[in-house]
Amino acid sequence: METVLSSASRQVRIGGENPFCIIGERINPTGRKVFQEQLRRGDLARVEIDVAEQLAGGAMVLDVNMGAPLCDEAELMTRAVGLIQSRCDLPLCLDSSIVEVLEAGLAAYQGKALVNSVTAEDDRLDAILPLVKRHGAAVIGLPNDEEEIPEQPARRLELARKIVDVATGKYGIAIEDIVIDPLAMPVGADTSLVLRTLETIELLRDELGVNMALGASNVSFGMPDRGAIGAAFLPMAIASGLTSAIMDARSQQLVQAVKAADLLTNRDPWGAAWIAAHRARQAGPGPAAQ
Amino acid sequence: MTTDDLLRQLYDFTLTGNGPEVLSLTRQGLGLGLGPETLLYEALIPALEEVGARFERGDFFVPEMLIAGKAMAGALEILRPLLAETGAQTIGKIVMGTVKGDVHDIGKNLVNIMFEGAGFEVIDLGVQVAPEKFLDAIREHKPDIVGFSAFLTTTMPMFKANINALQKAGMRDQVIVMVGGAPVTQEYADVVGADGYAADASAAVVRAKELLRARRVVAPV
Repeated sequence: METVLSSASRQVRIGGENPFCIIGERINPTGRKVFQEQLRRGDLARVEIDVAEQLAGGAMVLDVNMGAPLCDEAELMTRAVGLIQSRCDLPLCLDSSIVEVLEAGLAAYQGKALVNSVTAEDDRLDAILPLVKRHGAAVIGLPNDEEEIPEQPARRLELARKIVDVATGKYGIAIEDIVIDPLAMPVGADTSLVLRTLETIELLRDELGVNMALGASNVSFGMPDRGAIGAAFLPMAIASGLTSAIMDARSQQLVQAVKAADLLTNRDPWGAAWIAAHRARQAGPGPAAQ
Repeated sequence: MTTDDLLRQLYDFTLTGNGPEVLSLTRQGLGLGLGPETLLYEALIPALEEVGARFERGDFFVPEMLIAGKAMAGALEILRPLLAETGAQTIGKIVMGTVKGDVHDIGKNLVNIMFEGAGFEVIDLGVQVAPEKFLDAIREHKPDIVGFSAFLTTTMPMFKANINALQKAGMRDQVIVMVGGAPVTQEYADVVGADGYAADASAAVVRAKELLRARRVVAPV
Protein backbone atom coordinates (compact mmCIF):
# COMPACT_ATOMS: atom_id res chain seq x y z
CA MET A 1 0.00 0.00 0.00
CA GLU A 2 1.36 3.42 -0.95
CA THR A 3 0.49 6.76 0.60
CA VAL A 4 1.24 9.54 -1.85
CA LEU A 5 1.99 13.03 -0.54
CA SER A 6 2.89 15.99 -2.68
CA SER A 7 3.96 19.61 -2.77
CA ALA A 8 3.30 21.80 -5.79
CA SER A 9 6.11 20.09 -7.68
CA ARG A 10 7.21 16.90 -5.91
CA GLN A 11 5.62 13.60 -4.93
CA VAL A 12 6.74 11.45 -2.03
CA ARG A 13 5.52 7.87 -1.65
CA ILE A 14 5.32 6.17 1.71
CA GLY A 15 5.27 2.38 1.99
CA GLY A 16 5.28 -0.33 -0.65
CA GLU A 17 8.74 -0.84 -2.08
CA ASN A 18 9.71 2.75 -1.35
CA PRO A 19 12.51 3.78 0.97
CA PHE A 20 11.51 4.57 4.54
CA CYS A 21 10.02 8.04 4.71
CA ILE A 22 11.93 10.44 6.97
CA ILE A 23 9.63 13.18 8.28
CA GLY A 24 11.66 15.98 9.87
CA GLU A 25 10.37 16.86 13.36
CA ARG A 26 12.27 20.05 13.99
CA ILE A 27 9.80 22.80 13.07
CA ASN A 28 8.14 22.63 16.46
CA PRO A 29 8.47 25.16 19.30
CA THR A 30 7.82 22.67 22.14
CA GLY A 31 10.73 22.94 24.56
CA ARG A 32 12.47 25.63 22.45
CA LYS A 33 12.33 28.84 24.44
CA VAL A 34 14.02 31.15 21.96
CA PHE A 35 11.92 29.86 19.06
CA GLN A 36 8.74 30.35 21.14
CA GLU A 37 9.67 33.97 21.78
CA GLN A 38 10.40 34.52 18.10
CA LEU A 39 7.02 33.06 17.17
CA ARG A 40 5.31 35.30 19.69
CA ARG A 41 6.84 38.25 17.84
CA GLY A 42 5.74 36.75 14.54
CA ASP A 43 9.35 36.12 13.54
CA LEU A 44 9.71 33.02 11.32
CA ALA A 45 13.44 33.36 10.60
CA ARG A 46 14.19 30.23 12.63
CA VAL A 47 11.83 28.20 10.45
CA GLU A 48 14.02 28.89 7.43
CA ILE A 49 17.10 27.59 9.26
CA ASP A 50 15.19 24.49 10.40
CA VAL A 51 14.08 23.84 6.82
CA ALA A 52 17.63 24.13 5.46
CA GLU A 53 19.16 21.91 8.15
CA GLN A 54 16.58 19.17 7.73
CA LEU A 55 16.80 19.29 3.97
CA ALA A 56 20.57 18.91 4.19
CA GLY A 57 20.18 16.06 6.68
CA GLY A 58 17.87 13.97 4.52
CA ALA A 59 14.27 14.87 5.38
CA MET A 60 11.71 13.75 2.78
CA VAL A 61 8.67 15.39 4.40
CA LEU A 62 8.67 18.21 6.97
CA ASP A 63 6.41 18.28 10.01
CA VAL A 64 5.19 21.80 10.83
CA ASN A 65 3.97 22.54 14.35
CA MET A 66 3.35 26.14 15.47
CA GLY A 67 2.00 25.23 18.91
CA ALA A 68 3.63 27.92 21.01
CA PRO A 69 1.52 29.10 23.94
CA LEU A 70 -0.15 32.52 23.66
CA CYS A 71 0.29 32.77 19.91
CA ASP A 72 -2.22 32.92 17.09
CA GLU A 73 -1.36 29.40 16.02
CA ALA A 74 -3.64 29.43 12.95
CA GLU A 75 -2.06 32.60 11.60
CA LEU A 76 1.45 31.28 12.25
CA MET A 77 0.57 28.02 10.49
CA THR A 78 -0.70 29.88 7.44
CA ARG A 79 2.45 31.96 7.26
CA ALA A 80 4.80 29.03 7.96
CA VAL A 81 3.23 26.90 5.22
CA GLY A 82 3.65 29.73 2.70
CA LEU A 83 7.22 30.38 3.76
CA ILE A 84 8.31 26.75 3.75
CA GLN A 85 6.69 26.05 0.40
CA SER A 86 8.58 29.00 -1.04
CA ARG A 87 11.88 27.60 0.29
CA CYS A 88 11.66 23.89 -0.54
CA ASP A 89 9.57 21.41 -2.47
CA LEU A 90 9.12 18.78 0.23
CA PRO A 91 5.54 17.80 1.14
CA LEU A 92 4.46 18.94 4.60
CA CYS A 93 2.92 17.25 7.60
CA LEU A 94 0.61 19.80 9.26
CA ASP A 95 0.81 19.21 12.99
CA SER A 96 -1.64 20.62 15.51
CA SER A 97 -4.22 19.40 17.99
CA ILE A 98 -6.40 22.42 17.13
CA VAL A 99 -8.84 21.86 14.28
CA GLU A 100 -8.81 25.51 13.13
CA VAL A 101 -5.03 25.41 12.83
CA LEU A 102 -5.17 22.31 10.65
CA GLU A 103 -7.84 24.01 8.57
CA ALA A 104 -5.69 27.13 8.14
CA GLY A 105 -2.67 25.03 7.18
CA LEU A 106 -4.63 23.01 4.65
CA ALA A 107 -6.12 26.15 3.11
CA ALA A 108 -2.66 27.64 2.63
CA TYR A 109 -1.05 24.43 1.39
CA GLN A 110 -0.32 23.60 -2.23
CA GLY A 111 -0.38 19.87 -2.91
CA LYS A 112 -1.45 16.89 -0.83
CA ALA A 113 -0.51 17.29 2.81
CA LEU A 114 -0.35 14.83 5.69
CA VAL A 115 -2.55 15.94 8.61
CA ASN A 116 -1.10 15.22 12.05
CA SER A 117 -3.36 13.98 13.58
CA VAL A 118 -6.71 12.53 14.55
CA THR A 119 -7.41 10.24 17.52
CA ALA A 120 -10.06 7.52 17.78
CA GLU A 121 -12.33 9.84 19.80
CA ASP A 122 -15.68 10.35 18.07
CA ASP A 123 -15.68 14.14 18.27
CA ARG A 124 -12.12 14.37 16.92
CA LEU A 125 -12.92 12.02 14.04
CA ASP A 126 -15.99 14.05 13.13
CA ALA A 127 -14.11 17.35 13.33
CA ILE A 128 -10.95 16.43 11.44
CA LEU A 129 -11.84 13.78 8.87
CA PRO A 130 -14.23 16.03 6.86
CA LEU A 131 -11.35 18.53 6.53
CA VAL A 132 -9.01 15.79 5.36
CA LYS A 133 -11.54 14.66 2.78
CA ARG A 134 -12.38 18.17 1.57
CA HIS A 135 -8.71 19.02 0.99
CA GLY A 136 -7.82 15.64 -0.43
CA ALA A 137 -5.15 15.20 2.23
CA ALA A 138 -3.80 12.14 4.05
CA VAL A 139 -4.08 11.80 7.83
CA ILE A 140 -2.19 10.27 10.73
CA GLY A 141 -4.47 8.34 13.12
CA LEU A 142 -3.50 7.94 16.78
CA PRO A 143 -5.04 4.86 18.38
CA ASN A 144 -5.96 6.47 21.68
CA ASP A 145 -9.40 7.40 22.92
CA GLU A 146 -10.81 9.57 25.68
CA GLU A 147 -9.91 6.99 28.31
CA GLU A 148 -6.25 6.29 27.81
CA ILE A 149 -3.22 5.74 25.64
CA PRO A 150 -3.60 1.96 25.52
CA GLU A 151 -0.54 -0.12 26.25
CA GLN A 152 -1.79 -3.38 24.76
CA PRO A 153 -1.13 -3.88 21.02
CA ALA A 154 -4.53 -5.55 20.52
CA ARG A 155 -6.32 -2.50 21.92
CA ARG A 156 -4.25 -0.18 19.71
CA LEU A 157 -5.20 -2.31 16.70
CA GLU A 158 -8.85 -2.11 17.69
CA LEU A 159 -8.74 1.69 17.87
CA ALA A 160 -6.75 1.88 14.60
CA ARG A 161 -9.43 -0.23 12.99
CA LYS A 162 -12.07 2.15 14.28
CA ILE A 163 -10.23 5.13 12.71
CA VAL A 164 -9.90 3.28 9.41
CA ASP A 165 -13.56 2.22 9.45
CA VAL A 166 -14.86 5.71 10.18
CA ALA A 167 -12.51 7.40 7.71
CA THR A 168 -13.23 5.04 4.84
CA GLY A 169 -16.87 4.19 5.63
CA LYS A 170 -18.29 7.47 6.88
CA TYR A 171 -16.06 9.99 5.11
CA GLY A 172 -14.94 8.17 1.97
CA ILE A 173 -11.24 8.63 2.60
CA ALA A 174 -9.09 6.02 0.84
CA ILE A 175 -7.32 3.59 3.17
CA GLU A 176 -4.04 4.55 1.47
CA ASP A 177 -4.50 8.02 2.88
CA ILE A 178 -4.65 6.81 6.47
CA VAL A 179 -1.32 6.49 8.25
CA ILE A 180 -1.55 4.91 11.69
CA ASP A 181 0.72 5.88 14.58
CA PRO A 182 1.69 2.73 16.52
CA LEU A 183 2.61 4.99 19.48
CA ALA A 184 6.26 5.13 20.47
CA MET A 185 6.70 5.45 24.23
CA PRO A 186 9.80 6.32 26.28
CA VAL A 187 11.86 3.23 27.03
CA GLY A 188 13.21 5.07 30.07
CA ALA A 189 9.78 5.12 31.68
CA ASP A 190 9.34 1.36 31.30
CA THR A 191 11.68 -0.92 29.41
CA SER A 192 8.83 -3.11 28.15
CA LEU A 193 7.08 -0.26 26.30
CA VAL A 194 9.07 -0.39 23.08
CA LEU A 195 8.34 -4.11 22.69
CA ARG A 196 4.61 -3.20 22.83
CA THR A 197 5.23 -0.67 20.06
CA LEU A 198 7.06 -3.21 17.90
CA GLU A 199 4.26 -5.75 18.43
CA THR A 200 1.73 -3.09 17.46
CA ILE A 201 3.64 -2.35 14.25
CA GLU A 202 3.57 -6.03 13.30
CA LEU A 203 -0.13 -6.32 14.10
CA LEU A 204 -1.02 -3.22 12.08
CA ARG A 205 1.04 -4.48 9.14
CA ASP A 206 -0.50 -7.96 9.24
CA GLU A 207 -4.10 -7.02 10.05
CA LEU A 208 -4.63 -3.67 8.32
CA GLY A 209 -1.66 -3.39 5.95
CA VAL A 210 -1.66 0.37 6.46
CA ASN A 211 1.27 2.73 6.40
CA MET A 212 2.54 3.92 9.75
CA ALA A 213 4.32 6.92 11.25
CA LEU A 214 5.52 7.39 14.81
CA GLY A 215 7.44 9.97 16.79
CA ALA A 216 10.80 8.23 17.00
CA SER A 217 12.37 10.69 19.45
CA ASN A 218 9.86 9.70 22.14
CA VAL A 219 11.66 6.38 22.51
CA SER A 220 14.87 7.82 23.89
CA PHE A 221 13.29 10.52 26.08
CA GLY A 222 15.02 10.84 29.44
CA MET A 223 17.97 8.67 28.46
CA PRO A 224 21.60 9.49 27.68
CA ASP A 225 23.12 8.86 24.24
CA ARG A 226 19.77 9.25 22.55
CA GLY A 227 21.14 8.98 19.04
CA ALA A 228 22.36 5.43 19.53
CA ILE A 229 18.98 4.38 20.95
CA GLY A 230 17.16 5.89 17.98
CA ALA A 231 19.61 4.31 15.57
CA ALA A 232 18.86 0.89 17.06
CA PHE A 233 15.12 1.43 17.38
CA LEU A 234 14.39 2.62 13.85
CA PRO A 235 15.85 -0.41 12.02
CA MET A 236 14.01 -2.73 14.45
CA ALA A 237 10.75 -0.89 13.76
CA ILE A 238 11.41 -0.90 10.03
CA ALA A 239 11.99 -4.66 10.13
CA SER A 240 8.64 -4.99 11.93
CA GLY A 241 6.86 -3.00 9.23
CA LEU A 242 7.13 0.70 10.10
CA THR A 243 7.10 2.77 6.91
CA SER A 244 7.81 6.31 8.13
CA ALA A 245 8.79 8.25 11.24
CA ILE A 246 8.73 11.79 12.49
CA MET A 247 12.33 12.07 13.61
CA ASP A 248 15.43 14.22 13.88
CA ALA A 249 16.39 14.40 10.21
CA ARG A 250 19.45 16.50 11.05
CA SER A 251 21.10 13.56 12.80
CA GLN A 252 23.35 11.66 10.42
CA GLN A 253 23.47 8.81 12.92
CA LEU A 254 19.70 8.35 12.62
CA VAL A 255 19.46 9.01 8.88
CA GLN A 256 22.27 6.54 8.16
CA ALA A 257 20.63 3.90 10.36
CA VAL A 258 17.44 4.33 8.33
CA LYS A 259 19.28 4.18 5.01
CA ALA A 260 21.13 1.04 6.11
CA ALA A 261 17.79 -0.51 7.13
CA ASP A 262 16.41 0.35 3.66
CA LEU A 263 19.36 -1.47 2.12
CA LEU A 264 18.99 -4.46 4.42
CA THR A 265 15.25 -4.82 3.81
CA ASN A 266 15.51 -4.65 0.02
CA ARG A 267 14.24 -1.11 -0.40
CA ASP A 268 17.46 0.09 -2.02
CA PRO A 269 18.02 -2.04 -5.16
CA TRP A 270 21.71 -2.78 -5.77
CA GLY A 271 22.52 -0.52 -2.83
CA ALA A 272 22.56 2.37 -5.25
CA ALA A 273 21.30 4.98 -2.79
CA TRP A 274 23.65 3.75 -0.06
CA ILE A 275 26.68 3.96 -2.35
CA ALA A 276 25.63 7.32 -3.77
CA ALA A 277 25.33 8.76 -0.26
CA HIS A 278 28.81 7.47 0.55
CA ARG A 279 30.27 9.13 -2.57
CA ALA A 280 28.49 12.39 -1.77
CA ARG A 281 30.10 12.42 1.68
CA GLN A 282 33.52 11.58 0.24
CA ALA A 283 33.22 14.35 -2.30
CA GLY A 284 33.71 16.76 0.55
CA PRO A 285 31.90 18.86 3.09
CA GLY A 286 28.78 19.50 1.11
CA PRO A 287 25.58 20.40 2.88
CA ALA A 288 24.77 16.72 3.40
CA ALA A 289 27.90 16.03 5.44
CA GLN A 290 27.45 17.41 8.94
CA MET B 1 25.38 -1.84 62.74
CA THR B 2 25.22 1.60 64.34
CA THR B 3 22.23 3.77 63.59
CA ASP B 4 24.50 6.16 61.68
CA ASP B 5 25.70 3.31 59.48
CA LEU B 6 22.15 2.24 58.93
CA LEU B 7 20.97 5.69 57.92
CA ARG B 8 23.98 6.05 55.62
CA GLN B 9 23.20 2.70 53.97
CA LEU B 10 19.52 3.48 53.70
CA TYR B 11 20.44 6.73 51.97
CA ASP B 12 22.82 4.97 49.57
CA PHE B 13 20.42 2.17 48.66
CA THR B 14 17.57 4.62 48.13
CA LEU B 15 19.77 6.74 45.89
CA THR B 16 20.64 3.69 43.79
CA GLY B 17 17.07 2.41 43.85
CA ASN B 18 17.66 -0.93 45.57
CA GLY B 19 14.09 -1.66 46.73
CA PRO B 20 14.71 -4.90 48.69
CA GLU B 21 17.63 -3.39 50.64
CA VAL B 22 15.65 -0.23 51.36
CA LEU B 23 12.80 -2.32 52.76
CA SER B 24 15.04 -4.47 54.87
CA LEU B 25 17.02 -1.50 56.23
CA THR B 26 13.79 0.33 57.05
CA ARG B 27 12.63 -2.67 59.10
CA GLN B 28 16.04 -3.01 60.74
CA GLY B 29 16.06 0.67 61.56
CA LEU B 30 12.70 0.44 63.28
CA GLY B 31 14.01 -2.64 65.11
CA LEU B 32 16.98 -0.63 66.36
CA GLY B 33 14.56 1.89 67.77
CA LEU B 34 14.90 4.58 65.11
CA GLY B 35 11.70 6.57 64.69
CA PRO B 36 9.88 6.61 61.38
CA GLU B 37 10.53 10.33 61.14
CA THR B 38 14.25 9.84 61.54
CA LEU B 39 14.32 7.26 58.75
CA LEU B 40 12.26 9.52 56.54
CA TYR B 41 13.96 12.85 57.14
CA GLU B 42 17.54 11.66 57.66
CA ALA B 43 17.80 9.07 54.88
CA LEU B 44 14.90 8.70 52.45
CA ILE B 45 14.09 12.34 51.73
CA PRO B 46 17.73 13.47 51.48
CA ALA B 47 18.34 10.57 49.07
CA LEU B 48 15.46 11.60 46.80
CA GLU B 49 16.61 15.21 46.98
CA GLU B 50 19.98 14.06 45.72
CA VAL B 51 18.25 12.08 42.96
CA GLY B 52 16.44 15.26 41.90
CA ALA B 53 19.63 17.32 41.99
CA ARG B 54 21.48 14.77 39.89
CA PHE B 55 18.58 14.59 37.44
CA GLU B 56 18.57 18.35 37.09
CA ARG B 57 22.33 18.36 36.44
CA GLY B 58 21.93 15.66 33.79
CA ASP B 59 23.87 13.10 35.85
CA PHE B 60 20.81 10.92 36.52
CA PHE B 61 18.30 9.68 33.96
CA VAL B 62 14.61 8.88 33.99
CA PRO B 63 14.87 5.16 34.90
CA GLU B 64 17.15 5.98 37.85
CA MET B 65 14.62 8.49 39.10
CA LEU B 66 11.78 6.02 38.73
CA ILE B 67 13.54 3.18 40.52
CA ALA B 68 14.68 5.41 43.39
CA GLY B 69 11.10 6.63 43.72
CA LYS B 70 9.87 3.06 43.76
CA ALA B 71 12.39 2.06 46.43
CA MET B 72 11.25 4.94 48.60
CA ALA B 73 7.58 4.14 48.03
CA GLY B 74 8.20 0.63 49.41
CA ALA B 75 9.68 2.08 52.59
CA LEU B 76 6.84 4.59 52.87
CA GLU B 77 4.30 1.79 52.92
CA ILE B 78 5.84 0.60 56.17
CA LEU B 79 6.43 4.06 57.58
CA ARG B 80 3.15 5.77 56.70
CA PRO B 81 0.95 4.05 59.28
CA LEU B 82 3.62 4.62 61.92
CA LEU B 83 3.93 8.27 60.97
CA ALA B 84 0.16 8.62 61.19
CA GLU B 85 0.26 7.13 64.71
CA THR B 86 2.86 9.62 65.88
CA GLY B 87 0.75 12.41 64.37
CA ALA B 88 3.71 13.58 62.30
CA GLN B 89 2.90 16.24 59.74
CA THR B 90 3.91 15.81 56.14
CA ILE B 91 5.61 18.85 54.69
CA GLY B 92 2.59 19.35 52.47
CA LYS B 93 -0.18 17.70 50.59
CA ILE B 94 -0.71 17.90 46.85
CA VAL B 95 -3.60 16.80 44.66
CA MET B 96 -2.35 16.03 41.15
CA GLY B 97 -4.00 15.21 37.86
CA THR B 98 -3.78 15.45 34.09
CA VAL B 99 -6.53 17.80 32.89
CA LYS B 100 -9.72 16.82 31.09
CA GLY B 101 -9.20 15.92 27.44
CA ASP B 102 -5.64 14.77 28.05
CA VAL B 103 -4.49 11.20 28.65
CA HIS B 104 -0.73 11.78 29.02
CA ASP B 105 0.71 10.77 32.36
CA ILE B 106 4.43 10.01 32.17
CA GLY B 107 5.49 13.55 33.08
CA LYS B 108 2.91 13.83 35.84
CA ASN B 109 4.06 10.53 37.33
CA LEU B 110 7.67 11.75 37.46
CA VAL B 111 6.51 14.87 39.26
CA ASN B 112 4.56 12.72 41.74
CA ILE B 113 7.68 10.72 42.53
CA MET B 114 9.70 13.83 43.25
CA PHE B 115 6.94 15.22 45.48
CA GLU B 116 6.67 11.96 47.42
CA GLY B 117 10.42 11.88 47.59
CA ALA B 118 10.43 15.32 49.17
CA GLY B 119 8.02 14.14 51.86
CA PHE B 120 4.78 15.41 50.39
CA GLU B 121 1.59 13.41 50.53
CA VAL B 122 0.50 13.01 46.92
CA ILE B 123 -3.08 12.30 45.89
CA ASP B 124 -2.99 11.36 42.23
CA LEU B 125 -6.33 11.66 40.42
CA GLY B 126 -4.94 10.15 37.21
CA VAL B 127 -5.71 11.44 33.70
CA GLN B 128 -8.76 13.11 32.14
CA VAL B 129 -9.59 14.84 35.41
CA ALA B 130 -12.58 17.14 35.03
CA PRO B 131 -12.78 20.42 37.01
CA GLU B 132 -15.52 19.04 39.30
CA LYS B 133 -13.32 16.09 40.16
CA PHE B 134 -10.49 18.41 41.17
CA LEU B 135 -12.94 20.40 43.32
CA ASP B 136 -14.24 17.24 45.01
CA ALA B 137 -10.71 16.05 45.74
CA ILE B 138 -9.74 19.46 47.16
CA ARG B 139 -12.82 19.43 49.42
CA GLU B 140 -12.06 15.91 50.57
CA HIS B 141 -8.28 16.06 51.03
CA LYS B 142 -7.73 19.76 51.77
CA PRO B 143 -4.35 19.86 50.02
CA ASP B 144 -1.88 22.74 50.19
CA ILE B 145 -1.31 22.50 46.46
CA VAL B 146 -3.23 21.34 43.43
CA GLY B 147 -1.22 20.42 40.32
CA PHE B 148 -2.63 20.48 36.80
CA SER B 149 -0.72 18.69 34.05
CA ALA B 150 -1.29 19.07 30.28
CA PHE B 151 0.69 17.72 27.35
CA LEU B 152 -1.21 19.33 24.47
CA THR B 153 -1.74 22.91 23.38
CA THR B 154 -5.43 22.01 23.07
CA THR B 155 -5.73 20.85 26.67
CA MET B 156 -3.68 23.63 28.28
CA PRO B 157 -6.75 25.92 28.32
CA MET B 158 -8.19 23.54 30.95
CA PHE B 159 -5.83 25.20 33.44
CA LYS B 160 -7.91 28.33 33.12
CA ALA B 161 -11.16 26.35 33.22
CA ASN B 162 -10.02 24.62 36.41
CA ILE B 163 -8.97 27.89 38.01
CA ASN B 164 -12.30 29.46 37.05
CA ALA B 165 -14.09 26.51 38.64
CA LEU B 166 -12.07 27.03 41.83
CA GLN B 167 -12.97 30.70 41.84
CA LYS B 168 -16.63 30.02 41.25
CA ALA B 169 -16.69 27.57 44.13
CA GLY B 170 -15.01 30.19 46.33
CA MET B 171 -12.02 27.89 46.82
CA ARG B 172 -9.31 29.67 44.87
CA ASP B 173 -7.64 31.07 48.00
CA GLN B 174 -7.62 27.73 49.79
CA VAL B 175 -5.04 26.14 47.56
CA ILE B 176 -1.85 26.90 45.66
CA VAL B 177 -2.26 26.14 41.95
CA MET B 178 0.74 24.73 40.08
CA VAL B 179 0.74 23.88 36.36
CA GLY B 180 3.13 22.05 34.09
CA GLY B 181 3.64 19.88 31.03
CA ALA B 182 5.71 19.84 27.84
CA PRO B 183 4.17 22.86 26.03
CA VAL B 184 3.60 24.95 29.18
CA THR B 185 5.70 28.05 29.86
CA GLN B 186 6.06 30.43 32.81
CA GLU B 187 4.34 33.09 30.77
CA TYR B 188 1.38 30.85 30.05
CA ALA B 189 1.15 29.93 33.73
CA ASP B 190 1.07 33.64 34.60
CA VAL B 191 -1.61 34.40 32.04
CA VAL B 192 -4.00 31.71 33.29
CA GLY B 193 -3.44 32.85 36.85
CA ALA B 194 -1.54 29.88 38.27
CA ASP B 195 0.62 30.43 41.33
CA GLY B 196 3.51 28.33 40.15
CA TYR B 197 5.13 26.60 37.19
CA ALA B 198 8.32 24.58 36.77
CA ALA B 199 10.00 23.12 33.74
CA ASP B 200 10.78 19.72 35.25
CA ALA B 201 9.90 17.41 38.12
CA SER B 202 12.69 18.34 40.42
CA ALA B 203 12.28 22.08 39.85
CA ALA B 204 8.57 21.66 40.60
CA VAL B 205 9.34 20.48 44.13
CA VAL B 206 11.71 23.39 44.74
CA ARG B 207 9.04 25.81 43.50
CA ALA B 208 6.34 24.13 45.59
CA LYS B 209 8.41 24.53 48.74
CA GLU B 210 8.98 28.21 47.97
CA LEU B 211 5.28 28.75 47.44
CA LEU B 212 4.43 26.94 50.66
CA ARG B 213 6.93 28.99 52.64
CA ALA B 214 5.59 32.22 51.18
CA ARG B 215 2.02 31.21 51.97
CA ARG B 216 2.78 30.12 55.52
CA VAL B 217 4.55 33.41 56.23
CA VAL B 218 1.54 35.47 55.19
CA ALA B 219 -1.10 33.04 56.44
CA PRO B 220 -3.12 34.24 59.42
CA VAL B 221 -2.08 32.36 62.56
